[in-house]
Parts: sequence; structure tokens; C-alpha cells
Amino acid sequence: MIVCESTDEAVAGVEDGSTLLIGGFGMAGMPVALIEALIRQGASDLTVVSNNAGNGDTGLAALLAAGRVRKMVCSFPRQSDSWVFDGLYRDGDIELEVVPQGNLAERMRAAGAGIGAFFCPTGVGTPLAEGKEVREINGRRYVLEYPIKGDLALIGAHRADRAGNLVYRKTARNFGPVMATAATTVAAQVREVVDIGAIDPEVVITPGIYVDRVVAA
Amino acid sequence: MSLSNDELAALVASDIPDGSFVNLGIGQPTAVADHLRQGSGVVLHTENGMLGMGPAAPDDRADPDLINAGKIAVTELPGAAYFHHADSFAMMRGGHLDICVLGAFQVSATGDLANWHTGADDAIPAVGGAMDLATGAKRVLVMMSLFTKGGSPKLVTDCTLPLTGLACVDRVYTDHAVFDLGPDGASIKETFGIGHDELADRLDVALRPRERKSDA
Repeated sequence: MIVCESTDEAVAGVEDGSTLLIGGFGMAGMPVALIEALIRQGASDLTVVSNNAGNGDTGLAALLAAGRVRKMVCSFPRQSDSWVFDGLYRDGDIELEVVPQGNLAERMRAAGAGIGAFFCPTGVGTPLAEGKEVREINGRRYVLEYPIKGDLALIGAHRADRAGNLVYRKTARNFGPVMATAATTVAAQVREVVDIGAIDPEVVITPGIYVDRVVAA
Repeated sequence: MSLSNDELAALVASDIPDGSFVNLGIGQPTAVADHLRQGSGVVLHTENGMLGMGPAAPDDRADPDLINAGKIAVTELPGAAYFHHADSFAMMRGGHLDICVLGAFQVSATGDLANWHTGADDAIPAVGGAMDLATGAKRVLVMMSLFTKGGSPKLVTDCTLPLTGLACVDRVYTDHAVFDLGPDGASIKETFGIGHDELADRLDVALRPRERKSDA
């Protein structure tokens, strides 16, 4: 676990073609400063897994606008302020995989928990289950879903200690704890980094074992 | 008279049992919260990770870390709890959520739901948590206008739009009538300003007979 001096240090080494898990639900929990650093870092041809496909012109939307993303995996790309993604999609300049929101979370949870695949009832009989194995178990039908693993997760949290233990704030928690388990390298942008012992172990949401880099931003 | 959106929201609210855990979908269902009786003990779930959601936050109290699934700033009530996304959908899928109220483009008489995709070729598909809610909540209620702006019924024999879930809707609240749905089809529970025969004439779906409760 490294406490980084800068956001640039926190995103160093990202390679072209990487799969990135980017936290946030809309702008809540969105690690905007890390994404800005990633734009400076220059990695391209990225696959980005995030609930939405950018809001307004900052954060994920700015990464999309910079032309760095080949494919979006998300549950809800289309929003009132998703004009950057909408333009890329309509021009055929980005691939899209739409995943039901709970499946998106559970597929990352599975990746982080060492699960090979799982049967899920969500989506049975819908276009989003087309081509997937369906099995009846105890009279109910389930779709086989595979894990989503990232090379790098960029997440936003409220506070970290120097061991990488994270706490979040209100609904900005959203995908952060799940993404933190599901990527090879995990970088967390936090509002403050505190000394070891300054976070009550009872309230830690993401234990430091999952976190590789933290930066106050 | 047919019901206004506000009257419909009040009707849905009056049918939610005290103490239920409830998710209100984005759009029209959100208005149900305004009609829940004080002291009902109904706990609102928002899929972005909260139980005990309160009303929308006034501008001067808006907190960017505290939003609902529609990304509107909201408030927390005493007894609220936060959790991450996988937990939020696990509690839904695991059968812990009593009721969800969703909007719809089409509902079939046997409870198939289409509410995420207009079917237009140039539409950008976006499903959000609709499939998870439709599949996971113990009881799924739909609120919608009974007819499209063009006059086509939205309660149909078979949905023609891309499906959200199969046989998942239990009851549909519309401006003209409330319908109960099940494996045997749809029945009219209640009508508003329209007779059963006229209603049946305007719909292209077989209706099971059922006792009349009110017929304005």
C-alpha cells in the first residue's frame, strides 16, 4: 500500500487496452481527480466498467471525450447529461455492453470473491440474456453470468488511513467496495489520509488488503 | 373521472402495508412517497445503497454524496442505513424487499413487463436496475397510463417491446382502472369513470371476470 503524493503517481503504469473499473453512481463517488490524472497519463483503447457512461463534461465524460475508451460496460448510459457518450455511440465510435445494475455489481463481486460464474434470475427471457446459458433450478430459471475483473480500479472514498483502510460517505459508497475487490490494482481517491489507528476498525468498509494506492485529492 | 397522476400515486400509497420495505422507481412512482401516511413505518430503499431514504433535499441542504437512484439530492431519515451496490441488489434479489413500484411502456396480462427499451432502432439502451427490481422484489406494482398518447393500450396480451422480466408484475395501477395479473391473465380490480364493458372494448386483452368492488 502506497500513499501517493499525487494523482499522477496513483495512476502510473496503466497500459493501453486495460480494463478499468471506475466507481461512482452519477457523480457521487466518482474519482474525478484520478480520471483527470489518467487522461494526462495517456492510456488508450480502454474498456471501462462503470454504472453510467459519464455525466456532463468532467470525470468519466472527459475520459470518453478524450477518445481513450474503446468499450463501455455499464447499466445506464443514457441520461439527461450524457451528451459525450451519446455522440460517440451514435457515431459508432464506442462499443456498449449494457448489464443490469445488480448483475454488474454481482459480476464484480464474483471476480473479487473467487467465484467462477453464478446463476442469476435477473434478465431471464429478456434481450440481455440472449446467447447465455439458462438453467432451471428448483423450478426457477437462472442465467449463467461470468465475473468482471479489472486491471485497475479507480474509486472514490471519504477517508483512508495509511494502511489503506477505507470509509465512505452516504450513497457515495455505491460501487467502491465491490470494485476494490475486483481489480489487480486498486487506487482510491479520498478527501483525507489519516494515521493508522485513526479509523475505528469497526467502521472500516474496505479493508486495506484490497487497496494498493491512496491519494488525497 | 379518470385519475390524475397524483390521485393514482395516493391510491398506490394507500395499498402499501405499514412497515413494508419499498423501492419506488424513477419517474411517476417517485410521487408515491408524498402520499405515504406518517407513522406508516414504510422504509424506502434506493438501489444506490440506502434504506430509510427521506424526501428530496431543499437546495440549501443538497449533499452530493446523498442522492437517490434518479440522482436527485435526498435526505436521510432516523434509522437509515447505507450499503454498497452488491448488497443493495442482493437484498432485492434475495427476496427481502417487499414491494417495488415501477413505470412501464407495456405490461402483458400474465405480468410480463417492458419498461427499459422503446424498441426504436436509434435508442441508446439503458436498463439500470429495472430488471433486478422486477425480478427481485416480492411484489411488483406498475403505475402507468392505460393508453399511449396515440391511444394504444399498454396492457396487452403479449408485449411487443423488449422485455424487462417475465411474469413479474402483480398489479397495474392506471388512470382508468386497476388490474390484478397472474398466470391466468388479468382481472379488473377497480375502475375510474369508465364501465367494465367500455373498458373491455378499448382493450385488446381477455379479462377474467371478478367481483366488482367499485365502478364509478
